[in-house]
Amino acid sequence: MKTAREDSGKTGFASRLGARTALTATMLALLALVPLYAAVTGDPFALTLFTRIVIMAIAAVSLDLIMGYGGMVSFGHAAYLGIGGYAVGILWKEGIVSGFVQWPAAIAISALLALVVGALSLRTRGVYFIMITLAFAQMIYYVAQGLDRYGGDDGLTIGQRSSFAGLIDLNNNTLFYYICFAALIGSIYLVSRIVNSRFGLVIQGARSNERRMRAIGFPVFRYRLVCFVIAGALCGFAGALLANHTNFISPAIMFWTRSGDLMVIVILGGLGTPFGPVIGAVVYLILEEALSRVTEYSGLFLGPALLLVAIYLRGGIAGLFRRNAP
Amino acid sequence: MAALNPRHAWAPTRGAPTGALGSQGDEQMLYFVEQCLNGVQLGMLLFLLAAGLTLIFGIMDLVNLAHGSLYMLGAYFAATFAAVTGSFVLGALLALLATAASGMVLEVIAIRPLYGRPHLDHVLGTFGLILFFNDLVRRIWGPDGMTLSLPSEMLRAFQILPGVYYPLYRLVIILVTLAVAALLYLLVMRTRLGMLIRAGASNREMVGALGINIKLLYTLVFGLGASLAGFAGLMQAPILTVQIGMGENILILAFVVIVIGGIGSIRGAFVAALIVGLLDTLGRAFLPDLLRAVLSTDAALTLAPALSSMSIYMLMATVLVIRPEGLFPAASR
Amino acid sequence: MSAPLLRVEGLTKRFGGVVAADSVALDLAAGEFHAVIGPNGAGKSTLVALLCGETAPDGGSIRFDGGDITRYAADRRSRLGLARSFQISSLFADFTALDNVALAVQAHAGHSFYFWRDARCDPVLREPAMASLAAVGLEARAGTRVDRLSHGEHRQLEIAVALASKPRLLLLDEPMAGLGSDETARMTALLQELKGAITVLLIEHDMETVFALADRITVLVYGRVIASGDPAAIRADAAVREAYLGEQDAHAGA
Repeated sequence: MKTAREDSGKTGFASRLGARTALTATMLALLALVPLYAAVTGDPFALTLFTRIVIMAIAAVSLDLIMGYGGMVSFGHAAYLGIGGYAVGILWKEGIVSGFVQWPAAIAISALLALVVGALSLRTRGVYFIMITLAFAQMIYYVAQGLDRYGGDDGLTIGQRSSFAGLIDLNNNTLFYYICFAALIGSIYLVSRIVNSRFGLVIQGARSNERRMRAIGFPVFRYRLVCFVIAGALCGFAGALLANHTNFISPAIMFWTRSGDLMVIVILGGLGTPFGPVIGAVVYLILEEALSRVTEYSGLFLGPALLLVAIYLRGGIAGLFRRNAP
Repeated sequence: MAALNPRHAWAPTRGAPTGALGSQGDEQMLYFVEQCLNGVQLGMLLFLLAAGLTLIFGIMDLVNLAHGSLYMLGAYFAATFAAVTGSFVLGALLALLATAASGMVLEVIAIRPLYGRPHLDHVLGTFGLILFFNDLVRRIWGPDGMTLSLPSEMLRAFQILPGVYYPLYRLVIILVTLAVAALLYLLVMRTRLGMLIRAGASNREMVGALGINIKLLYTLVFGLGASLAGFAGLMQAPILTVQIGMGENILILAFVVIVIGGIGSIRGAFVAALIVGLLDTLGRAFLPDLLRAVLSTDAALTLAPALSSMSIYMLMATVLVIRPEGLFPAASR
Repeated sequence: MSAPLLRVEGLTKRFGGVVAADSVALDLAAGEFHAVIGPNGAGKSTLVALLCGETAPDGGSIRFDGGDITRYAADRRSRLGLARSFQISSLFADFTALDNVALAVQAHAGHSFYFWRDARCDPVLREPAMASLAAVGLEARAGTRVDRLSHGEHRQLEIAVALASKPRLLLLDEPMAGLGSDETARMTALLQELKGAITVLLIEHDMETVFALADRITVLVYGRVIASGDPAAIRADAAVREAYLGEQDAHAGA
């Protein structure tokens, strides 16, 4: 028996009529047309910028899974971008250029790291959890800095993009963009299926009322850990894409302020919504880019803007359109 | 003016120690003592930061990422005022006042609206403040950072034990911060304000209902936290750094201290800060050689810097496994 | 005589200097409707927390169906068949009533590592949940978000959630809390239906309900059991009258 649609609170991939859907659809359509725009205007920069936006949106989707739906405020999520990127970079440096090895490795190592960090961090909650994930990410940053063989603090220039035995040529930037875009759509779909599954309801329930979850018989820790691992793996995948995009990887991508950027993106777009991360990535990164063109001191404007969003814009931008805000 | 003893070089606490270790036990011992003191010194600085953070969190339930920015402001103010007045002490005092004032203004304008909100809102808002302050400092003082020089008497090596020398200024840091810690303890445990602070931490509404001006109390507490941060910033300015982004680097360490010590506990912050300061300093100083003794030189050289910076995080992980609420959970304040 | 479903022996809990539970002993036979009463501050909440696994005792033991569950975590006890309702409603506010109950069903339907199918469309979860809602009279409000339900409906939902896991022991913590007279009557009728069908441990303040429903009553004062027996015996017990019923006498004129 299906629940009544009205007030159902279902978080769905299926669209709901309203301004939010219109905004999202428009945005996705525009994103799909970016390569066309770049080709027509002869300006490759738009393509570069939006490829980065799409990749960061994937990372944001993974963070939204644990933070928006799961209530686990991980302040160290950018570490997985780095892990994924370094997996690609290190394998390349050691002579393994096949994407068939690099990308699964990026995902697997990120998942493994998330397992370890999660197993330790999820024993805590609230502010402790925030600080601990932050500290672990910073630790990984320092480790990367110490990897002299792979560039240390200066980073590693990756000579070539992942090779897929001639099946796909990632050097074609337009093709690469569409691969990233498809990955984004796929990630959003995947996450939306997860959050509405039995597993997802446990995660959401634990966010809503952890005490109640235990009282009805759920061993919450193991579910959260698995969720954390999934998010880490997805973010590692985004990291592999990022390393391919920039042909470069450095510890800077893992510095804790980059994790902050990711959090801002997710919050700005609207926590716990399917397309919020995309909205957030587009808005935040374009804003950042635009500001940096206008002024040398973008922080003077971006900073207070974030503060104002925190104070006045509960639920982020997507929340502006949400019908039944509590 | 006594010359600096060249054997015990004026090495910064962070980074690799200068000079090769002699094989003589004496030099080793002296070096060890020196590093221990450096560790205590770092620990005391961390304590100042952590104490402010944990106070603000314990009383106002606010996660303040911009705490590092106040630390940075303290350093920049000190460098500027010292240059203007020509006196380090005067510059330091003015900087302390300026940072306290900045903190309180910040609290009224930007922090107040965040009270009672979910922590995520705090994270977002204070993260914005970090971006703001970094660029503000860059706009006012330029990107290059500053230096703050000490009066020459401070530079000499002080003999704390026969044959054991330690830079005087570093000793001053340790002693002064210990005094501040003692004052803080007195303030929180023995004064009326401290009583209000402790009461406000356990029951905000009640304190408000008793007619105490909660808003003012919070502003004062925030100002106190800002002063502690600024004080740490200006104290370390002559020997470590005055540059943009310095707050973020040390903020992480402060977080680790708080997690280990227990959120809301000043005592916990003190113990944890000392542990972290010592572990980090001694780790960086001795771990490379320890590793070299056990592994091949190449492996040791690659692993050493990574492992030494990791040591405190490993400690944090261990504490988390054994005692997730910290060494001194807030129940014992 | 078969072993009791629940046996509590010497259960003790101290908070600093306060002894919230002082060597509490309690026995529940299967199918019994047992009430625990006591004035405010008697230690009822502590007892509930101890029985449900939210707090660890300083001494004593809890045996459920013969097994020692004293150190078990709350979720493990629930999976063994010990369901509870909360004194202050603790529900999933941003979910619908049906979602709330369905989650309880889900918790007892094996593991939940299923990542793909929509759990809200799964009849294995939804149908028993709906039945549970119907049992408490909330089926009309199934699709309504919990934060839009009335307080009385919250209390009903608490029972529905507890029932959904098909428990062997139902621990109800002051289910009448904050209810008006109509709602109290409805709740009493509901509890009357449960009587006999399921083993119930009722923590309650409301004397009328307790005397109407309970097979046996335990009286708690300052953390200690001062009397335990059937309603008639309790009514007659001098210590109980003094400690508790004396005040009620003045109110109810009983």
